[in-house]
Amino acid sequence: MGKTISEKILSSKSGSDAQAGDIVISSVDLVFVQDTTGPLTIRQFKSGKKQTLASPSRTALFIDHASPSPSRQLSNDHAFIREFAAETGCLLFDAGCGVCHQIVAEKLARPGDVIVGADSHTVTAGALGAFATGMGSSDVAVAMSLGKTWFRVPETIRIHVAGKFSRGVGAKDLILHLIGLIGADGATYKALEFTGNAVDSMPMWQRLTVSNMAIEAGAKVGLFPSDRITREYLKKQGRENDYTALAADADAAYERTIKVEANSLEPTVARPHTVDNNATAKSLSNIKVNQVFIGTCTNGRLEDMAEASSILKNKKVHAGVRLIVCPASRQIYSDAIKAGFIQTIIEAGGIILPPGCAGCLGLHQGALGDNEVCLSTANRNFKGRMGNPEGLIYLSSTATAAASALTGRITDPREAL
Amino acid sequence: MRPTTLKGRAFKFGDDISTDLIIAGKYAHLRSNLPELAKHAMEDANPDFVKLVKPGDFIVAGSNFGLGSSREHAPLVIKMAGVSAILAKSFARIFFRNAINQGLPVLICPTDGIADGDNLEISLDEGIIRNIAKNETYSFTKIPPAMLSILNEGGLIPYINKHGDLKL
Repeated sequence: MGKTISEKILSSKSGSDAQAGDIVISSVDLVFVQDTTGPLTIRQFKSGKKQTLASPSRTALFIDHASPSPSRQLSNDHAFIREFAAETGCLLFDAGCGVCHQIVAEKLARPGDVIVGADSHTVTAGALGAFATGMGSSDVAVAMSLGKTWFRVPETIRIHVAGKFSRGVGAKDLILHLIGLIGADGATYKALEFTGNAVDSMPMWQRLTVSNMAIEAGAKVGLFPSDRITREYLKKQGRENDYTALAADADAAYERTIKVEANSLEPTVARPHTVDNNATAKSLSNIKVNQVFIGTCTNGRLEDMAEASSILKNKKVHAGVRLIVCPASRQIYSDAIKAGFIQTIIEAGGIILPPGCAGCLGLHQGALGDNEVCLSTANRNFKGRMGNPEGLIYLSSTATAAASALTGRITDPREAL
Repeated sequence: MRPTTLKGRAFKFGDDISTDLIIAGKYAHLRSNLPELAKHAMEDANPDFVKLVKPGDFIVAGSNFGLGSSREHAPLVIKMAGVSAILAKSFARIFFRNAINQGLPVLICPTDGIADGDNLEISLDEGIIRNIAKNETYSFTKIPPAMLSILNEGGLIPYINKHGDLKL
């Protein structure tokens, strides 16, 4: 019997013939925390008997969620994290470097790796063919110390995407559509594996968007094969040696296959307060927006900056709308400046934030007022997410968000292209 | 060892109770001050929860409890509020594992028959929930053996400190 990508990676990392349903103990290739989960993880680590890192060079701490810090308490947490990095010699990505998941993709994740992070969007690195999953502080503390963790090998749902995306439609619309189809718990405990000709040609920035949101269907991982696109991306990042090819066997056993026709997808929006509550952008044209937020580990990449800038070029953000744009990493920020995207966005009336998570989780940099509507390119629209349970969050692609910033209401981007 | 019989009142919640409803991201500045953080447990789902809950009480919810973030603070503040177990039709994966790692029982069972305020008695060994108010019993899905061994030690860190390794 053939193996899925999950079964292949977990077989290799557990030294056993791992099949869906098995409990395995797997080695861990990269372990990381961020600044809102890191302090508890470090305290859990320090309450363990073994207080040395299994691999300092493959343990990373990120200061991204509250970056730069908005408060005394968080500044103290950041100091605690920096101190731990100095004590142990592990990797530290301080304020300004960017969102952990983007940096993991740029610098650290390798196809075939097992990656555990104290952040649910750790699944993002599935785009590079890594078995990457979010865990809590206790599990991550143990992975830091022992260099291993336990998994139940997940069953896999194959998402087969055929055809071509139409103009103005892309990866974000695909994943929002898919989550609407299977529900916010439609893949709980399962792996998602993406195949099909629309996947074969899907660029890395879009793959990262799709994998990032696998957790919003409850999935443990959202895996792409490691292929030509992966190799090109790693080469561009100066890491071609990290490349290995990886794909499921032709006779791998899937729990089920969901077929999606890329051509039939429309610009899609998730409505408050769950990610599976979706509708077409077109059908929501009566929804006025107060804030548009383009960024995060879902859609804060260079290509998102390019897309936003091309829609905003020589135009002005609608009166009364705050357009907040946040590049996901320093590399993206720098490249977006060189390409002129940042200049265009500023001239259109946008606000640029330093690389990080910004307002996504409601800590700072864009909290909502009562009854305010935000159209965001992030991955979550839960009640209270952006700092206020009385705020209303809609989720969309960057194209839909940029087009809506110009009109002041949710807008099908095909009207602006 | 944990007590094997739990008694308390049910606090009823609906489906899709996210980690933001359990403990909002806006309180991240309190995460190194857990007693302060725990004062905001379940705040956006039921603002009076912390005021009303008594040691031993239960959270009873619908499906997909705990979806969202990996923040282990979510089960932690629920436990600190005094809750002795969470009953739901289903749980999100990371939350389920985090709760076990914090030594907090999470039980998958039918919950439609349980109303807010019902007095419940739960036998963890028998796998039975008795609804005293309604004179009904429900059974819950067995916790997988690997996780039960962690729960029985009071959580993952105590488990590792005792056994020195993962031996599941």
